[in-house]
Amino acid sequence: MHFHDGEVPVDYRRYTGRKLIFIVGLLAGLLICLVASISLGAADISMVHVLKSLGGLDVAPRVEIIVRNIRLPQALAAVVAGAGLSMAGAVMQSILRNPLGSPFTLGISHAAAFGAALSVMVLGGGVITSGTGGGVNVTAPYITTASAFGFSLLAALIIVGVARSRGATPETMVLTGVALGALFTAGTMFLQFFADDVQLAAMVFWTFGDTARASWGELGSITLVTLACTVYFLFNGWNYNAIDAGDETARGLGVRVERLRMAGMLLASLLTASLIAFLGIIGFVGLVVPHMVRRIIGADHRYLLPACFFGGGLLLLISDTVARLLFSPHTLPVSVLTAFMGAPVFLFIILKGRRS
Amino acid sequence: MILNVRDMGFAYNGSPVFQDVEFSVDPGELLAVLGPNGVGKTTLLKCINAIHAPRSGTVYVDQRDVSRLSPREIARDVGYVAQRSEAARFTVFDAVLMGRKPHVRWRVGEEDLRIVSAALKRLDLDRLRLRHIDTLSGGELQKVAVARALVQEPRLLLLDEPTSSLDLKNQISILRLVRRVVDEHDIAAVMTMHDLNTALRFAHKFLFLKQGRVFAAGHMHEVTADMVSEVYGLPVQLRIIDGHPVVLPCH
Repeated sequence: MHFHDGEVPVDYRRYTGRKLIFIVGLLAGLLICLVASISLGAADISMVHVLKSLGGLDVAPRVEIIVRNIRLPQALAAVVAGAGLSMAGAVMQSILRNPLGSPFTLGISHAAAFGAALSVMVLGGGVITSGTGGGVNVTAPYITTASAFGFSLLAALIIVGVARSRGATPETMVLTGVALGALFTAGTMFLQFFADDVQLAAMVFWTFGDTARASWGELGSITLVTLACTVYFLFNGWNYNAIDAGDETARGLGVRVERLRMAGMLLASLLTASLIAFLGIIGFVGLVVPHMVRRIIGADHRYLLPACFFGGGLLLLISDTVARLLFSPHTLPVSVLTAFMGAPVFLFIILKGRRS
Repeated sequence: MILNVRDMGFAYNGSPVFQDVEFSVDPGELLAVLGPNGVGKTTLLKCINAIHAPRSGTVYVDQRDVSRLSPREIARDVGYVAQRSEAARFTVFDAVLMGRKPHVRWRVGEEDLRIVSAALKRLDLDRLRLRHIDTLSGGELQKVAVARALVQEPRLLLLDEPTSSLDLKNQISILRLVRRVVDEHDIAAVMTMHDLNTALRFAHKFLFLKQGRVFAAGHMHEVTADMVSEVYGLPVQLRIIDGHPVVLPCH
């Protein structure tokens, strides 16, 4: 082959340059919103004070406590959860070659919730203490996470199995998701019916996806899992592109499709399960963000995945801040807001898909 | 000799699809694999680049046994154009760039971009380079798939029904392109085909599969009406029109 005489077109360079600028823009927006989110709330703290506190400079102890112990962990939890769920959604949409793939629409979130509820009740993860802020904590988070992971994995395996035998058409996937979601929700309700009031409170409270419950320790765990999975996903960005071109084409390009699909589903489930186990169910972020980003910069995962990472973090951070402020002094769990935002987008995707 | 297939057999769920298949393809040769529906043409193609593992026999590409190579190593030598390729939201340039994947470890280099750019020019796709492939016509999308296989810089090109979903003009244009690439770059190519007449016109050699075995093989000018009648179970005539053999079904 003698294809070495080409010159790279200027407009292609400009095109990839624009995508990079978009990603950098998202990162910049994320950092600005992070500072703004920390400064906003019941106790007013100026952005300058926030920056000073974050930079370790001298500020009033009250400000220090609010920033470091209350608002920063919550804001970071929102960023990490948004980033992680969006990555999981983008990867699932690719490996199932299905626009409606996401941890929430496929029932994986519900399975994780069931697993967590089961561990609260049966597996000894359920030593419950009432938190100082009136909340309820699960005191054995690792057993809860393991159990949530186990069940989300089960759901993921069922989905991969169904996709293999029936084909991963949008209809099949969504119906499988509906069935799994209903099944695990029923299971959770069953457990709730027999739970005592403290356990019940823990389960119900826990299903509201809420970033406020993240402490520094939990934040460390979910950050670690999210970053590890992100590195793996980014490393395989080109492989996901190949799968988008069709399984046969991907195999012809030397991609081990089955292995990639299984590993992707397992890691996306692990990521979802760990986020859900610590923060509760936060729906639709994993579905909506990849779609929005894809419309702007296209489906090339080398750019799509980093953009989803920052975009997901940004979207959930904004949602979380709005949820905190909307009915101040009452704070709304962010999952309520994402559901209100996500459901219309979900409908839009279905309508758009029908037309094309 | 670039491709050498020896004594190859394949079975699906225990029942044999084909057996004792032997053939070879030299540089600058285009081989058409022909035969009725369900005879295993596509499977045969996938056994060559180890997408399927043959039950018996060996495939050599440039004297190397492909069963001993990794998928990535195979993809560096064998380009594959699948029967169907999906159209996602990629630009033509990025879709073709994917063909460089077997050669790239982590980051795309300048050389890869230059190769893609040259291939797009050669295939007359340059003006579409920033169009998303989900807005292309079937013919254009097929050209993208061929371009992607070519930037793999393969020694051997495999094409599975490259013209099955195309109109007459696009059929001719794709096959002309394949033929030109084979001639100019001295690579070997194997394609499966339904349309006998286009195969007769563009391929150098043929291989008829019938009931799981090679029924006949040779140079295109050796195809006879009896052969075609026998393979497809239908009486046909073979006429020469403008120097090309044309198969006509008899009434």
